[in-house]
Parts: sequence; C-alpha cells; structure tokens
Amino acid sequence: MKNNQFISFFEEYGSLIEENSPALLNASRKKAFQEFLRLGFSSSDADFYRFMDLPTLFATDYGINVRGLVPTFNPYRNFHCDVPGITSLLYYVVNDTFVAALQSNLPDGVIVCGLKYAAVHYPELLRQYYGASIDMQYDGISALNMMFAQDGFFMYVPEGVALEKPIQLVNILAANRPLLANSHNVIIIGKGAKSKLVVCDHTMDKNVDVFANRITEVFVDDGAEYDHYKVESTTETTKNFCTLVVNQKENSNVLTNVISLHNGVSRNNIKVNLNGCGANTMLCGMFIGGKNQHSDNATSILHHVPACNSRELFKYILDENAKGNFLGRIQVAEGASKTEAFQINRNICLTREARMYTKPQLEIYNDDVKCSHGATIGQLDDNAMFYMRQRGISEKEARLLLMSAFAADILDNIRITSLKDRIRMLIDKRLRGNGSHCDGCVICK
Amino acid sequence: MLEIKDLHAEINGKEILKGINLTINKGEVHALMGPNGAGKSTLSSVLTGHPAYKVTQGTIFFNGKDLLQLTPEERACEGIFLSFQYPVEIPGVSMVNFMRTAINEQRKYSGETPLSASDFLRLMREKKDFVEMDNKLTNRSVNEGFSGGEKKRNEIFQMAMLEPKLSILDETDSGLDIDALRIVASGVNKLKTKENASIVITHYQRLLDYIVPDFVHILFDGKIVKTGTKELALELEEKGYDWIKKDLAAE
Ligand SMILES: Nc1ncnc2c1ncn2[C@@H]1O[C@H](COP(=O)(O)OP(=O)(O)OP(=O)(O)O)[C@@H](O)[C@H]1O
Ligand SMILES: [Mg+2]
Repeated sequence: MKNNQFISFFEEYGSLIEENSPALLNASRKKAFQEFLRLGFSSSDADFYRFMDLPTLFATDYGINVRGLVPTFNPYRNFHCDVPGITSLLYYVVNDTFVAALQSNLPDGVIVCGLKYAAVHYPELLRQYYGASIDMQYDGISALNMMFAQDGFFMYVPEGVALEKPIQLVNILAANRPLLANSHNVIIIGKGAKSKLVVCDHTMDKNVDVFANRITEVFVDDGAEYDHYKVESTTETTKNFCTLVVNQKENSNVLTNVISLHNGVSRNNIKVNLNGCGANTMLCGMFIGGKNQHSDNATSILHHVPACNSRELFKYILDENAKGNFLGRIQVAEGASKTEAFQINRNICLTREARMYTKPQLEIYNDDVKCSHGATIGQLDDNAMFYMRQRGISEKEARLLLMSAFAADILDNIRITSLKDRIRMLIDKRLRGNGSHCDGCVICK
Repeated sequence: MLEIKDLHAEINGKEILKGINLTINKGEVHALMGPNGAGKSTLSSVLTGHPAYKVTQGTIFFNGKDLLQLTPEERACEGIFLSFQYPVEIPGVSMVNFMRTAINEQRKYSGETPLSASDFLRLMREKKDFVEMDNKLTNRSVNEGFSGGEKKRNEIFQMAMLEPKLSILDETDSGLDIDALRIVASGVNKLKTKENASIVITHYQRLLDYIVPDFVHILFDGKIVKTGTKELALELEEKGYDWIKKDLAAE
C-alpha cells in the first residue's frame, strides 16, 4: 500500500461524499479506492508516467469539494467567451461542478446537463456508460477520479439527430486556495447522430496551485459523427490531467484535436477504442510551450476489429525550458485485418534547454495491415530562415512564419471555421510572445 | 555602389575566398564566371550575410555602408537581392504571405507605411504578368513542388516585386528552357535602370547574349584572375578554363 493524503482523505470523508452523491456514481467508489490503494500515483505500466514525477505534483495540500457544494463563482455573469461567430451552446463546469445553463434551445431528445443530475434523472441511460471504458486497474489517476467524482458534464444526442451548432463546455478552475477538482464527463452520440464539442480549459487565478483531474468518456454509435476539440489556456500554476476515452462503433467517424496554448503541467491520456468495423478516427494535437511548461500526451489507439482507419498527428513547439512528451501506442488486435494506422509526431525545439521525448509503440498482431509511424525532433530550417531574411524579413518574423507553417495542418483539422480562425489568431499571438488568452474572456485577461 | 576589398572568407575553417577585389558602379552589369567550386556562390552568400560563412579579412562597402556590420535582412532592405542558385522550398508558407511580409518589412525599414491589401495584390498581378508566371505558382507555398525552371522564374518575380539596387543572379539561367531564358533575361533587362546594378553569375555565354555585361570577371580558386569586357566570355567559351590555368601557370 502506498500512503498519501488522498487515501486518508477518502477514509475520513468517503461516507460524506456518498451521502451527497447519487447511488449510480457511488457504485464504483469502493472499487476505485481499492485500485488507488494499490497503484497510488502510478500506472501498472511503469513507463506510462515516465517523465512525470506524480508524487511531487500531487504533494500540495489540495482541498476537495466533498460536500458537492455549488461554487460561488458564476460563470454566466463573470465569464464571456467571444470567439466571433461561434454561436455555440455554452455550458460550464466550475472546478468539479456543472453549472446549470440559463437557457437552452436544444433539439428534441437531446440532453445536456450535469452528470449528477443525469445520475438522478436518467440512471437507465447513464448506468451502462459511466466508468465503462475506464481502466482503473491500469491507472491510479483514473481511480483517483472515480473515488471522488461527483459531477461533470453529460451529453446525449439521440439516434439520427444532427446538432447544427457546436456544444461548448468551458472548464474553469476557480479557487482561492489549492484545490483538486475531479470531474467526470459522459458523452453519448446515438446511431447516425452528428455533433461537435468544444472544450475550453481555463484557470481564474494566476497564483493558486490548482489541479484538475478530469475524465471524459465518449460513446459513438454506428455511423455517428463526432468532433472533439479541446483548447487549453490555463496558468503556470495549473496541473491539468485529462483522460479521454473515445469508444467507436461501426462506421463511426471521430475527429479529436487537443491544443494547448498556455499551461503549467498538462497530461492527456487519450485512448480510442475502435470497436466496430469501418470506424474512422483522426487524433491530433499540438502543444506550444515555453518557460517551464510541460505537456505529456499519452495516446493509444486500439484496433480491436477489422477495416478501421486511424490517423494520428501530434506537434510540439518547445521554447525556453519547456518539456514535451509524446507516447503513441497503436495496437492492432489479432484478426483486425485491413487496418490502416498512420502516426506522425513532429517537434521543434527552439532552445538547447527545451526537451522533447517521443516514443511510438506499435503492437501489431495481424498480417494484413498498413501501419506507419514517424517522429522527428528538430530546429527551424536554417536554409528557409536565410532565404526569408535575404528578402528582408526579420529573423523574428521569419521564425514566426515557419512556426505558423508548422502549425498549419493542426488548424486544418478544425472543422468549425470560427474556431479555426480564432485558434490561428491565438497561435500567432502565442508565438509572438503576447500571451495566448482569448480576448474578451474576462478570465484570461 | 559596391566596393569589395581584399575579401577573404571561410566556411568550416576552410578558406574559400582568397582576396577578392571588385568595384561595381550603378548602372553596370557585371558577369562573374569561373569553374565549378571556384567560389562564385560563396561570394554571393558572403555579400548577403549568410551566417555559415566567416569573413576573415577585407571590407565590403555598399552605398557607403559597412555591409559586414549588417544582418542579412538589413542588407536586403538596403537593396541587395540574391537570386539563389538553389531556391529553398518552404512548405506551409504561402507565396502571398511571404511576399507581403517581405515587402512590408522592407517598407518599414525605409520608414514607409505597409502596402494595403489591394495595392499589394495589384502589384503581385502586375509583376506576375511581367515574368509571365502562372497564377497556380503564386497560390502555392514558396517554391514547394516547383520545377527547377519555375523556381528560377519565381526568383525573378521576387526581384521584380522588391526592386533591388543590386541584384546578384546566381546561375539563374541554369535549368531554364529557351523561352524561359528569354523571358527571364528580358525581365532582368526591363528592370535595369541607371540607378541599379547587377552581378550575373553564369557558366554560359548564351545568357550574355541577352543580358549584355559591361564587365566580365573570371573567378578562379577564390580570386578574380581576369577581368575584361563581353569578349572575354566569348574567348572563354572557345578556349575553356585550361586556357586560364595555363595563363596562371605562366605567370
Ligand atoms: N560547408 C562547406 N564546407 C566546406 N566546404 C564547402 C562548404 N560549402 C562549400 N564549400 C566549398 O567551397 C567551394 C566553393 O563553392 P561555391 O559553391 O562557392 O562554388 P561555385 O563557384 O558557386 O561553383 P558552381 O559553379 O558549381 O556553382 C567548393 O569547393 C565547395 O566544395
Ligand atoms: Mg555556385
């Protein structure tokens, strides 16, 4: 047994959490606790968190919202997202709590609400999904989430419904003392349904040590289409851990794009289960870091069945002392014939101090497959730099042009025009060293 | 306009230029010839400030300014343009964005306001016609997937856009078909004024039929060993470099 503050915390407050939570969410708590007792801040695979010192990251005396109190911070009043023309349907999770929407005009049958509310009002719908795709025996951090999770975001799009407007979920960390927020999101996209979700991660206070340990489980049914965008613009004192598991059935199409523009220490554990024949997935991400910022993306794409297609593209731009890590696992199960899986990881280190670690991991247990991977770590192209400077373009501007060019194919994988334009602008601002915060966002100024 | 005195330069510790002296006045066209590896491209790189080369001795003045004190971009903004022997492909950077940035950076340097979007596009169109460049090319990333000849034409297009005071054309004729050669050469001639000058690096007399030089220099092992008028190029074509070597040996 590995002792740490959260073990004693759970022993002391576990019953209080259960009192304040619906039965459905309590069902897995004890099991989660058992796994966490066993694993602590680690994975059963010692390499999984190789470049993160988890015990140190979790060492702060973090508070946890055991009573499920609704935060005093009112995002509808104090937060305004101004991505021009995005006209999304906007929802908030403040720390670990869903904040009810003021108004909503969703098509018939579509449900967007808090996870806690869903556990009380739609238990039949939620039961088979909550925690269903989380491997707590593998990952202590997921177990930690399921020990404490009491709320989060819930979205259900029924069969055949196409949501025209994107749904936007803004995760806000707002605390005046150290806090660990464990929220848990469940997203269900019915047969042939279509929708897009934009997740924004923000932190209110630049000086408070806050930790988000979030899980998102996505279930995409036959022939459905789903886009998942995540944009992080938090603070250097933020630790942001996100576990995202995408479960795809037959002929479904999913695009996932995780972009981190400003952060402290971030970790994305992304797993895509290709469970139905003919499923397609595109998984991409980008990290722009400087100072002592650190971003880890551990991805795993599992081809369980034949004829699925996966494409993966991750890019990092590391300045100053930034650190990046990419762990890209692709597994093709026995019998998963006609699999296509391509992975690319490209990285630029702008200084000698910046560090990038990359590790592709292909496990192929079937013959008839097309798989490839490629990883590069380099600097900006000297010849291109000189060519541009010879035309009168300053060194700074030339670097910027090359870095924007480097980011271009990540932007190409944003299928909401207004969001794409905004991210392009934010990347440009970020690369110019002017911060990366969304104008108009009260939080991020 | 340009005054090079006793220029020595090296790369990776190896001396390539071994004492170059060259003066160019405005309005003049100078042809620079010489065998492979003589140092012609090295001279272009040193003039434009390529960071890989180290100048160990000598001076370069350009319109009264000490060129060796200026960054590559400052030299470009002072009016020095190099048509690269091997133009660089820059995937992801569009020709339009590249040219607009270059023009506006140069305007900023000389205290002018940026060109408006419409003025810029008008200029692009005009200069594109000037070198008969295909629209398809300017809609792509810089030189990406361009054929050898298309890249050379793109260099002249950029030269037309930037209107430099001194252009260095490093083997702009190589890889061009007959028609392209004529178009590129007439482009260069049309850009010629009493105020600007050019250095034309070539291996072939053919180009000098189109762009008539005032002087021809022969660079050999890092030094200018012979200077003459356009007849020198003809003589060289006839006799080959052995003739120069014999001459040098005789000295
Ligand atoms: N990085 C380098 N390290 C060492 N030697 C180099 C380097 N780059 C160029 N050189 C050498 O410098 C010499 C001059 O090269 P340069 O390209 O200037 O020749 P050139 O006259 O332009 O020839 P060409 O007619 O073939 O274009 C050559 O011998 C070449 O091998
Ligand atoms: Mg050369």
